[in-house]
Amino acid sequence: MNTMDQPNKFLIGGDESRATPPPTPRQSDYVPRTKIYPKRAHGIFRSIKWFVMGFALAIYYIVPWLRWNRGEGLPDQAILFDFANQRLLFGPVEIWAQEFYYVTGLLVLGALSLFLVTSIAGRMWCGYACPQTVWTDLMISVERFWQGDRNAQLRLDAQPWSLEKIWKKSATHLSWLAISLATGGALVFYFRDAPTLAVELVHGTAPTVAYVFLGLFALTTYLLGGLAREQVCIYMCPWPRIQGAMVDRDSLLISYRELRGEPRGAHKKGTTWDDRGDCIDCRACVAVCPTGIDIRDGSQLACIQCALCIDACNEIMDRVGRPRELIAYTTIGNLGNATSAPREGWRIIRPRTMLYTAMITLVASLMGWSLLNRAEFEFSVIQDRNPLFVVLSDGGLRNGYMIKIANKVEGVRHFKLRFSGPANLQPKFVEFDGTDPTIEVNPSEVRAVKVFLMLSGPQRKELRSDAEPVTIELQDVESGKTASRATTFRSPP
Amino acid sequence: MSHRKTIDEVTGVETTGHVWDGDICELNKPLPRWWLYTFYVSILWSIGYWVVYPAWPTINGYTKGVLNYSQRDQVQQDIEAWKSGHAKYRTQIAEMSLADIRKNDELFQFSIAGGAALFGENCAGCHGRGAQGGIGYPNLNDDDWLWGGDLEKIHQTIAFGIRSGNPKAHDTAMPRFGIDKVLDEAQIRDAANFVRSFSHLDVDQEAAKRGAQIFADNCAACHGDQGKGNQDMGAPNLTDAIWLYGSSQEAVMQSIRTGRGGAMPAWSERLDPVAVKMLTLYVYSLGGAQAEAGSASTPAAAADKPK
Repeated sequence: MNTMDQPNKFLIGGDESRATPPPTPRQSDYVPRTKIYPKRAHGIFRSIKWFVMGFALAIYYIVPWLRWNRGEGLPDQAILFDFANQRLLFGPVEIWAQEFYYVTGLLVLGALSLFLVTSIAGRMWCGYACPQTVWTDLMISVERFWQGDRNAQLRLDAQPWSLEKIWKKSATHLSWLAISLATGGALVFYFRDAPTLAVELVHGTAPTVAYVFLGLFALTTYLLGGLAREQVCIYMCPWPRIQGAMVDRDSLLISYRELRGEPRGAHKKGTTWDDRGDCIDCRACVAVCPTGIDIRDGSQLACIQCALCIDACNEIMDRVGRPRELIAYTTIGNLGNATSAPREGWRIIRPRTMLYTAMITLVASLMGWSLLNRAEFEFSVIQDRNPLFVVLSDGGLRNGYMIKIANKVEGVRHFKLRFSGPANLQPKFVEFDGTDPTIEVNPSEVRAVKVFLMLSGPQRKELRSDAEPVTIELQDVESGKTASRATTFRSPP
Repeated sequence: MSHRKTIDEVTGVETTGHVWDGDICELNKPLPRWWLYTFYVSILWSIGYWVVYPAWPTINGYTKGVLNYSQRDQVQQDIEAWKSGHAKYRTQIAEMSLADIRKNDELFQFSIAGGAALFGENCAGCHGRGAQGGIGYPNLNDDDWLWGGDLEKIHQTIAFGIRSGNPKAHDTAMPRFGIDKVLDEAQIRDAANFVRSFSHLDVDQEAAKRGAQIFADNCAACHGDQGKGNQDMGAPNLTDAIWLYGSSQEAVMQSIRTGRGGAMPAWSERLDPVAVKMLTLYVYSLGGAQAEAGSASTPAAAADKPK
């Protein structure tokens, strides 16, 4: 199989040099980029791609403006990466820095889904949903709007500079920059209250970091989506290298069905189709390709499987009166059989996909379960280690504990503490009077409470070990929910 | 570079010349040229750093860079920013009484945090990181106080010290009964036995009986008839479970023989008044102290009755 070997356009020499090696001219270590002029495709897959593009862009631009009422003093943005306060807000779920594993879980889910989709239907992600694909597609559409389709663009680039060429090129680049600014502009809304930031951005009062990231993302959008395009997929992205391990004989891959297409060649209307393949070598598939490859060379690294060549080829097959799907979503298994239909015997359910599905289910259920059972408050007890215990003047003992209570929900919460362990343990609080204070914790805050547990001299004699188990129970006064932590009461050995 | 070029037969592309497993070669594919330019740009970018930031050493220093950036200045600015952020707390602490600060949650938390840092810098050397003390250095966690354990008394002790030379320092000391020949060795032994009998330690009952009179004549003035001590004199309570210099017969005899007179600096001479107050509140937060004089709200204090 031909990997990333584009038609040997950067080969110097050719057949002669291969036959007589010694005088090979030195091959350059670097190649200039060959500009690609993708032709507009028409067909079902192009329509799907327009739809996915619109959908993805809509999500990207609308989400920061969705609101979610969290109550007084808390941001009302539904999805907010509130780095300033070290928390992520997803609707009703508030994730603190120490719970970042939920985000890790999301990434794991994303990776597993990618594996599953790839093993079933190849590079669906690359072809339809990857931001690089979506934005490149958008930039290409804008380019076509100003400069016309492939042929017009080729003509324009071949022309010497003229007023027409200057304004068409300027309009394209200005539109790209506008899109890039809008892209960077939308991104920063995820990190700060969108309506506030929008006003700040316009008035020039937004934080410097907002402008820096806006500029950074505008620049990268312009560079990667407008200028670099397929170079990102071919040279920068690791995914094409990994996908080889993801697909197998049963995965759908966009392929040229060689057994049906070859021998290729021009076909004159009205002549026979016997003893020849269906490919008329019109290169329509090459013309529409956004990465500039020839799908007929076989599955290759540079193919992002966007399916535009299927649309292009189907259009031609309709015109010449041959069956569609000369280029098709098919499996490697079917490619070796001239008579089989493209997806004949395509098995979605097989050990690989079952395994990925099981892993996705497992991770998703674990996350769902832990989110549902996620405590509204967090509670930790750290026993003093220096000193482990204090001997009091009556011979009694005292241990110290640092209790931390985190209130992760809206509104002020009140908590009570209860202690159980050796008989007659007496609590004493540093900040509170009495032995049973009500502890108030503000929303989104962690409160540290120092507590001492004491035993008098005579009671101390009843201790059975130098580290008696102690349980500290925290009760949320409002909800009645409790949580308890195990610790010890230490005495001299 | 004299090695012969090898050309891959299938693709006609030159290989890198490296061979794995006898026949696996790597095609020497050209890099995209923009990649090379990106590399050049990053080199230029690094030169930009030389211009903008401190970079090159010189005989007397270093090149400052056009931004004149210094991490030391940055730290200094950060410290100043924090200090000005603390200013409102510090002025309140300076003006308010210790008891009032203790009742103000925000100020109390601030004082404990600041006091903990100050304690680590100034006090931990003798009293230990956890204020657990050692022989001759009081444990500040417990409820036994030589010079008084309420907020005001602790503050006084920290501010003026013990035998520190400061006019307001606690200055009384345990006399040297042995060295100054007030008591002979046998009398010291008897007195020590008696003192240890207060805490029901293992003693020679006969000697303790003889010691009772010696105690009444020589020690009771400061330590009290019942050995309960006197915080005005810094005379320890001899009846409790806490012994600054140890409770063994020999340790007690040594105390009587040579006297005891540990010292503590007057911290008001070294720290500002707000720092002394914060330290006081930190020591209070360790759990052994009382908020107000005569307060008996803690179980430990309540249990402090004759055994």
